[in-house]
Amino acid sequence: MRFIIQIDINIVGKKLLQEHLERLQLNYILKSNSEVEIAETISCDKLEELTLGLSNYGIEIIENNKDILIQKIKDAIIEFVYLDEELDIRTNISTYLSEKLNYRYSYLANLFSSTTFTSIENFTQLQKTERAKHLMINSKLNCSEICWKLNYSSLAHFSRQFKKVTGLSPTTFKRIIKKMRVANTEELDIEAGE
Amino acid sequence: MQNESTYVLLADDDEDDRLFFKEAFEAIRIKTIVKTVKDGVELLNHLAVNRNKLPHILFLDLNMPFKSGMECLMEIRKTDYLKHIAIAIYSTSASEQDIEDAFINGANVYIKKPHDFDTLRKLLEKVVTINGHYQSSGLNRDGFLLSL
Repeated sequence: MRFIIQIDINIVGKKLLQEHLERLQLNYILKSNSEVEIAETISCDKLEELTLGLSNYGIEIIENNKDILIQKIKDAIIEFVYLDEELDIRTNISTYLSEKLNYRYSYLANLFSSTTFTSIENFTQLQKTERAKHLMINSKLNCSEICWKLNYSSLAHFSRQFKKVTGLSPTTFKRIIKKMRVANTEELDIEAGE
Repeated sequence: MQNESTYVLLADDDEDDRLFFKEAFEAIRIKTIVKTVKDGVELLNHLAVNRNKLPHILFLDLNMPFKSGMECLMEIRKTDYLKHIAIAIYSTSASEQDIEDAFINGANVYIKKPHDFDTLRKLLEKVVTINGHYQSSGLNRDGFLLSL
């Protein structure tokens, strides 16, 4: 027996695309036959999985390499910020990124700041300060211990960076968090009392 | 991620300030949609009616008639469907006490109103950028305090 079939390439492509996007539980809109918009920011892993999955069917994601690279830079910065003690104090973010991602630092820096409107240095400081805040909120470490753990050269340097990023000194930040906690527990007590 | 415009809402009773603010947003590099309301009562009504389309950042003037910025802030933080909105206090006061109170009551950002346009533009761009990082880079919002 023989068949003659007629394939509507557009429908096949659309179906395949939908199946893959749904498998990854992405919130998407098909803008046209060749354009997909995803509402949330997609993780590197998911994007790689999607790219790989689609490539089996000859479907290639063309215009997204920059976004992927930006996401990789962000991920690498966060990784860098969390390396702390293991990291040689002299390693700086520029060497770290260019070795890790295999691009010249100047290229990465330009791409990053033209897309995110933040420089890599500022983003690194923001992430590092976030880590310091997290430790201040969730650990019993004091400022000098945090400063040492995060590889700041001195307490004064740590305070200065912290103030530059948040507008608050580490002490003021701690005091505010403490008061917020007290306010929250009082509220819970009132609710429990009712 | 850069394609979606940031939706900004401002509550301020001063007409000149509202205009100044809108113009500053037009001058920044990030795409924004700016809406304004003229007092706290109008603000809370607006949020209640438009609960499907809440702002990415809400800017609150502290001194407003009928309902002050601080009262709005506290009310918003107690309302389930509103409590996650990023809130920036936008005020002429720069007293340490006002700043601390605003943070304790749940503000994320405290901006002292600048007098010149260029400073305002830079400050607003910084707020939108950093807020974007909190939204897209999975930062923990609990510690999102920024004083400018």
